[in-house]
Amino acid sequence: MSVLDAAAAPVSDLDPYAEEFLRDPYPRQQQLREAGAVVWLSRHRLWAVTRHEEVDTVLRDPQTYCSSRGVGLADFARETPWRPPSLLLEADPPQHTAARHAITAVLGPRTVREMRQAFESRAQQLVEELVRGGSFDAIHDLAERFPLTAMSDQIGVPQDGREHLLVYGALAFQAFGPRNERTERSLREGEQAAAWVAEHTRLSELRPGGLGARIHASAVEHGFSEQHAELLVRSVLTAGIDTTVIAIGNALWLLARHPEQWAALRDDPSLARTAFEEGIRVETPIQVFCRTTTRAVQLAGVPLAEGDKLLLLLAGANRDPRRWEDPERFEIRRSASGHVGFGAGIHACVGQMIARLEGEAVLSALAARVQTLEPAGEPRRLIHNTLRALSSLPLRVVAR
Amino acid sequence: MALVTYIAADGRATAVELPAGTTVKDGALQNGVEGIIGECGGNAMCATCHVYVDDHWLARLAVIEEVEDALLDDAVSPRRHNSRLGCQIRISDALDGLVVRMPEAQE
Repeated sequence: MSVLDAAAAPVSDLDPYAEEFLRDPYPRQQQLREAGAVVWLSRHRLWAVTRHEEVDTVLRDPQTYCSSRGVGLADFARETPWRPPSLLLEADPPQHTAARHAITAVLGPRTVREMRQAFESRAQQLVEELVRGGSFDAIHDLAERFPLTAMSDQIGVPQDGREHLLVYGALAFQAFGPRNERTERSLREGEQAAAWVAEHTRLSELRPGGLGARIHASAVEHGFSEQHAELLVRSVLTAGIDTTVIAIGNALWLLARHPEQWAALRDDPSLARTAFEEGIRVETPIQVFCRTTTRAVQLAGVPLAEGDKLLLLLAGANRDPRRWEDPERFEIRRSASGHVGFGAGIHACVGQMIARLEGEAVLSALAARVQTLEPAGEPRRLIHNTLRALSSLPLRVVAR
Repeated sequence: MALVTYIAADGRATAVELPAGTTVKDGALQNGVEGIIGECGGNAMCATCHVYVDDHWLARLAVIEEVEDALLDDAVSPRRHNSRLGCQIRISDALDGLVVRMPEAQE
């Protein structure tokens, strides 16, 4: 970017990685969104894109806005990534296309439909236990426990050590941010988890017939080497558990704070699926992702140079009043379809239909069994470079 | 602009004018036409915007890519020779008069 170009676009010295921004992101995201469609962030020397239309445009144009130079702040053309890049997330067509096919061949709608019964009965069983106790930590006892059991069983990793998946997921997303104290700490604390995950991408460690083993087999069938097949399994282990934990936790937090929305769900548990979707829109688990320009291009009238980084504020786009009516309001009867919480275009979350099924299973099991759901103490927030998540959420429930 | 007619499984027809560039899925959602869900937001992930395209128009559509092909196999209602995903049909002037029929069920 030249100095002249910067003059044509609004400039902001807001730091999206400062603690006060992460603690309460929405007013500052709004500031960026209203400053312009494309805003130069002087602290990190990249462009912020916060409006739904432009975020969606960038996500759906992978030729111009590539992922192979990293989807975090680090530019892989100039810096060595902290781990071998993902064949899915950090790749462009045609390499990405082959990897995507290998994985969608396994995670199709039919496979997802076949999981429904297992998810529903696991969710009912968990909720039954929690209702008997009356109060619980909704993060540890429900949001974490459900994917760690139901989904990890589907993937086919052994029971021992599964909690490493949470630590590793948080580490991978932390590292998309700057190399700050948060990232350094996650790297230190995640060393063991990274080793466990690497070990459990191997075919020998995965239950035969499980999703992990099937993805491995599909990758080999699609012409990938053993090593690359393991990298594809790593994608599922990285993004398949932790993000769903967060989405479920955020939905529970929203429902506990909005009794009228909880009542609507309780009276009509068939709203569980749209309630989960709306939760992702309002409290987007993955708040930001980056892209890098492959050529000089204009975005919303702002000239970008080749190699410029763009920070896409997915959460900001999901609250853009240009796209959503009354965007700050959590309204479970709204159609939140079109939010970018799962991304959009060729990199849209490949497990999104599984995530929806998990969220639906948990929320409908609660709705069927619980009369009132309310906070039983102060929730604790995780301050994270990329993720919007709670680390603790005390809740009290009364059975219906 | 193109006139697109959506015919529900019960035979009810709704005709709407759609601007070039929009998709059959978005055209239905934006005009309150029922029978198309599009849960994944138009990313060829969910197969809930399944439609049957009238034969006359079939050859004028872009070819089916591998992802759409696999999804159509997994759709809830039976796949037929003229099955497509509404999110993958982009409206152009050449599709003025397009007729699509919605299946019995999407999910």
